[in-house]
Amino acid sequence: MGGFLIRRLANYVLLCLVATFLAYALASLTFDPLARLAERNPPPPAAVVESMRQELRLDEPVPQRFASWFGGVVRGDFGRTVTGQTISDELGRRIGVSLRLFLLGTVVGVAAGVLVGMVGAVRQHRPADYLGTLFAFVLLSMPTFLVGTLLKFGGLQLNLAAGTTLVYFTGEYDPGLRGGWGSALVDRLQHLVLPTLTIALHQIAYYSRYQRSAMLDVLGSEFLRTARAKGLTRRQALLRHGLRTALVPMATLFAFGFGLLVTGSVFTERIFGWYGMGDWLVYGIEQQDTNIVATVTLFVAVMVLVSGWLADVLYAVLDPRVRIGSLGGHR
Amino acid sequence: MTLGVREAKRAGTTGAGGGGPVDAAPDGLRASTRGRLVLRRFLRSRSAVFGLVTIAALYVLAFVGPLLAPWDHTQQDYSAFLRPPSTSHWFGTTQIGEDVFAQTMRGLQKSLTIGLLVGLLSTLVAAVVGAVAGYFGGWVDRVLMWLVDLLLVLPSFLVVAIASPAFRGHSWVLFALLLAAFGWMLTARIVRGMTLTLREREFVRAARFMGQPSWHIIARHILPNMASLLIIDATLNVGTAVLAETGLSYFGFGVQPPDVSLGTLIASGSRSALTFPWLFLFAGGFLTLAVLCVNLVGDGLRAAIDPSAARGTARVRGARRARRFLRRAGAA
Repeated sequence: MGGFLIRRLANYVLLCLVATFLAYALASLTFDPLARLAERNPPPPAAVVESMRQELRLDEPVPQRFASWFGGVVRGDFGRTVTGQTISDELGRRIGVSLRLFLLGTVVGVAAGVLVGMVGAVRQHRPADYLGTLFAFVLLSMPTFLVGTLLKFGGLQLNLAAGTTLVYFTGEYDPGLRGGWGSALVDRLQHLVLPTLTIALHQIAYYSRYQRSAMLDVLGSEFLRTARAKGLTRRQALLRHGLRTALVPMATLFAFGFGLLVTGSVFTERIFGWYGMGDWLVYGIEQQDTNIVATVTLFVAVMVLVSGWLADVLYAVLDPRVRIGSLGGHR
Repeated sequence: MTLGVREAKRAGTTGAGGGGPVDAAPDGLRASTRGRLVLRRFLRSRSAVFGLVTIAALYVLAFVGPLLAPWDHTQQDYSAFLRPPSTSHWFGTTQIGEDVFAQTMRGLQKSLTIGLLVGLLSTLVAAVVGAVAGYFGGWVDRVLMWLVDLLLVLPSFLVVAIASPAFRGHSWVLFALLLAAFGWMLTARIVRGMTLTLREREFVRAARFMGQPSWHIIARHILPNMASLLIIDATLNVGTAVLAETGLSYFGFGVQPPDVSLGTLIASGSRSALTFPWLFLFAGGFLTLAVLCVNLVGDGLRAAIDPSAARGTARVRGARRARRFLRRAGAA
């Protein structure tokens, strides 16, 4: 299995490189960072525009620029933005902000999605199933920005009803907050609720549909009847044999679901004023900044890579055939 | 099996260069019977019919609605700024006095048209790429599937967003084509998987041994045999395309002003959503309704075309009914 995973990893690294190069090339070709300068009134002297052009190395061919940028990336230097700040300084903080959203959203989304899907399958054609299906269908038909805006609206109503601020909907913490780490934690949580919910709701809807159908396939199977026949209770049989088998196809879905998560986080970060990677991407495109866009793309590619690799590992953990197959000398 | 024989026969006659009319009668009869069967199953599903009727109604409304309303989507009413819904402005007005109803209808037109176009185009690309990869195998397959993997690592949202400055100032058609060019990967994978199994079927082999060119086999024997999958996926892709379009337009990376889409409407409306909810609620409601209906139709089609997907459920239901019956019998 080790060789299989390493080969997969090598392919992923190559994919990451190519993806970043494509994003860099596409951005270099479509962006015009000097346009903003030229639009100024009064127009800046030609020498200023020219020095800016030199600084951004716009005259060099794209592959050469990419090579020098990527050479810096390998050494931990992601270059400068159009306005002259170093990207590396801001990168760590932004990744932290985004990862917090990703991790919490994924954990809540996968756990609740699997639960909703399982309940729907076990209680098929009962109110709980219909409710879960309706919930999933409506949510999957709503774009993230609508869900976020509606949650914001709901949060406002909640605050009005409670007469005090229960949840916040801008930023990740209150900068003017005084008090110990206890109140800081509460403050962070109050800021965290709505964005995490925005991310998680879609994940729940997405995973619950697949989990429900995977579980339905398992429910009619022979091995579940065997498990009951050897004396397990219905609950034990469902959890130990049913759920585990139904989770196997979910491992592959997990890798696909990640793209959804990344796109969702772009909207979420923008709506709730979190300065993460998704927000940076939109900012980078608005500023016509190739380096920012390439950095975000590299981050996204690495995250998809990690989740795909995790999915492979998860697959091997859940499905003994994968492990035994590799022991037998297959690939 | 019957399908295989029929296909082999058709392949034979076409190979001989004639006999079309002889084959046409039984072929047409059988096709219409299966079509009628699927139609009956589809019509039996209430949610699917609801979806189909509503999506048709929405499309008609999007084009007829503006004719009924007194205002145009670019017109400004200087006597009504930020008014809630009333008899003269059915959905209220914006900050500069634009009629929200007229704008919403215009946006609905754009979003539905782009969604339909992109859904169909991307499914077409997916069918061709998937079938070619699966049929030829070898390095063609490896290259195409590697491309699919690459586009999964590089989400299409990113690509279209980065490319957006290139079509600023151009018509929405370019944007739609770009969306279609990056929305086919998942379907292509499924098509490839199905092609791998179809490739080894008797009728495809027969056609190959008779010397049919590969593109002909793909177009006449492989793709028609997964028509049901393609129909379902095209429907579901329409929903995905509408969501992608509105998402990109939300950031200004899609449909450009002065033109509007539901995405740009929600974007401009949500800035003051907390105090003036009518600015985005109608656009949001129509968007959700449209995508929901498309998804319901897709789900209904899946159930109608492939009842085996629902067979497992019937078995479980039957078992439960039997168990309940036994319990009651034991109690009596």
